[in-house]
Amino acid sequence: MEKQWEEMTSDEKQEEMFQRRLSPKDPQGNDIKFQSPQAEKAYKERVIRAKDAIQMKKLPDRVPVFLLPNFFPVYYAGISPQEAMYDYDKCCMAFKKFVLDFDADVDPGAVGIGPGKVYDILDYKLYSWPGHGVPPEQPYQANEGEYMKADEYDALIDDPSNFFSNTYLPRVFGALEGFKMLPTLTGILEIYGVAFNFIPFGLPPVQATYKALFEAGAEALKWAGAVGGTGAEMTAAGYPSAWGGFTKAPFDVIGDTLRGTRGIMLDMYRQPDKLLEALDRITPLMIKMGVGAAQMNRNPIIFIPLHKGADGFMSNEQFKKFYWPTFRKVMMGLIDEGVVPNPALEGHWNTRLEVMQDMPKGKILWMVDQSDITKAKETIGKVGCLAGNVPSDLLALGTPQQVKDYVKKIIDTCAKGGGYIVSNGAFFDQAKAENVKAVVDSAKEYGVYK
Amino acid sequence: MAKDLVNTLADLKEQEALKIVKDRLSAGEDPFKIMEDARKGMEIVGQRFASSEYFIPDLVYSGEILKEVTEMVKPKLTKTAESKKLGKIVFGTVAGDIHDIGKDIVVFMLDVSGFEVHDLGVDVSVQKFVDKIKETGAPIVGLSGFLTLAFDSMKETVDAIKAAGLRDKVKVMIGGGQMSDEVKIYTGADAYGKDAMAGVSLAKKWIGAG
Repeated sequence: MEKQWEEMTSDEKQEEMFQRRLSPKDPQGNDIKFQSPQAEKAYKERVIRAKDAIQMKKLPDRVPVFLLPNFFPVYYAGISPQEAMYDYDKCCMAFKKFVLDFDADVDPGAVGIGPGKVYDILDYKLYSWPGHGVPPEQPYQANEGEYMKADEYDALIDDPSNFFSNTYLPRVFGALEGFKMLPTLTGILEIYGVAFNFIPFGLPPVQATYKALFEAGAEALKWAGAVGGTGAEMTAAGYPSAWGGFTKAPFDVIGDTLRGTRGIMLDMYRQPDKLLEALDRITPLMIKMGVGAAQMNRNPIIFIPLHKGADGFMSNEQFKKFYWPTFRKVMMGLIDEGVVPNPALEGHWNTRLEVMQDMPKGKILWMVDQSDITKAKETIGKVGCLAGNVPSDLLALGTPQQVKDYVKKIIDTCAKGGGYIVSNGAFFDQAKAENVKAVVDSAKEYGVYK
Repeated sequence: MAKDLVNTLADLKEQEALKIVKDRLSAGEDPFKIMEDARKGMEIVGQRFASSEYFIPDLVYSGEILKEVTEMVKPKLTKTAESKKLGKIVFGTVAGDIHDIGKDIVVFMLDVSGFEVHDLGVDVSVQKFVDKIKETGAPIVGLSGFLTLAFDSMKETVDAIKAAGLRDKVKVMIGGGQMSDEVKIYTGADAYGKDAMAGVSLAKKWIGAG
């Protein structure tokens, strides 16, 4: 008899999540029809190859290879980031070309580029994008700021959703000004609570905000149709999607999104208890976000971009106090539900490796950028699968032979006994195509387990 | 003096430091001396950062305390603090890149190490760099960048410095996210600094001060 989800162990849940990944569905929920029996075979091999590397129970047939670009496919296809963000079909073409030309073991998906028009409609301030604050030929970049003020911790802790809707969103989206006037929805009680609480929806600024939301929603749907269709098409061609979705370490939610680097660093001294309380408050929300996305997209791998915990961004004592506990809780929450956290250690994390090795075995896929890969293998790599470490400057400025030598060296260091995936270390924009190709070729050449 | 401002600031004791400043000001002390102590405190912060005792949050916090001290002292300052500077440096994040965290740290460290830093901010055009070098006569230029796309902006900046006939007059260092010695060669810069301390020692070496 089949076990119910709630009765399963985390091992069983993870296994079940991978089984679902083996029978992919399109955005409408229909089974995806593979382009050919070969494509189906390749798809399944790729899923199993990465699964074996992640679980560290048995050796994959060869070391898997992932290519996880930022705007590289756009440049490679000869279009500008601006075109890619505004012409969804062009963007999808670029990513299809990338997946098919380089033939790695995953499809990174075209979703990371995003719909420029949606940001236009909403007047988004947290980012500058091509033509809006950065030149048309550059990718989007974040504008940090104090979108939450130092004295607003209580408001966030008290009701995060309400803080987001009525305070945070109007600050980062110019078109959502009207949200400041929204009632607290939990006040809509009995018959008395109805009429008064609906007054705001009759006010012109609120109605203007809803108009912008409808427009942004319609545009987002158009975009989702394009990128979702491309994802399904790549699956049908044999390439599993890289991620089921994303979530964040609570410290980065507050540090990147709400308070900014400077703000959160001052909070560590001036109001550490409030900061810790807010981190705890956000933790279950981040777990839910990752688990929900993984289940909806039938892909257990959930991306976690990490920023403010890198070497130098705080002392190890501060890391153990402010960054690690809730980050670990988020990962454990995901793991409990069969999800594979895929934290990206951008930059250097050498001083954190020992702390971060305290995790169960076969549950995590770490993306390593410039950290010492030997040390990473001896610490977090003992219990978790590593991916990455092929440096961006090598991809941009090196030669294919240098890339091959580098990949061979990492395979020798990391891939013995499994638990390693060849991949770029940081999300790259600029690279020589022949170098990117060399990453895949060398993984296939040197990575076969005999 | 009951408590020592230099060490209180260096130890990041915000409230204590501000109280000392307040007391010293109301005792009628020369505000210039207070600023001099604050500067010495910041120098110690810089040294602790260089020896990995302090990290970025400590720099940010010390900068914040210094700002508060300066605000208290400024109205009473009759003469401006004219401490002797080691040399001038033009610094900025190159065109198309708006990342500032790394740049700000190097600027901070150069500043507390005694350099006069002309920080041009982020997304700095090639022309702005050239103009500032001409205006200040700075012998050192620092180019910061986080993105791989900054490789080309850095190269273009170095090329423009060359085209303006200034290449022999300045030393150029690069640093940031995905930079390396390979990138240094590509851009035509003189050196790559892997962190803020490397940037400071390069600057000192070039200026003949260490």
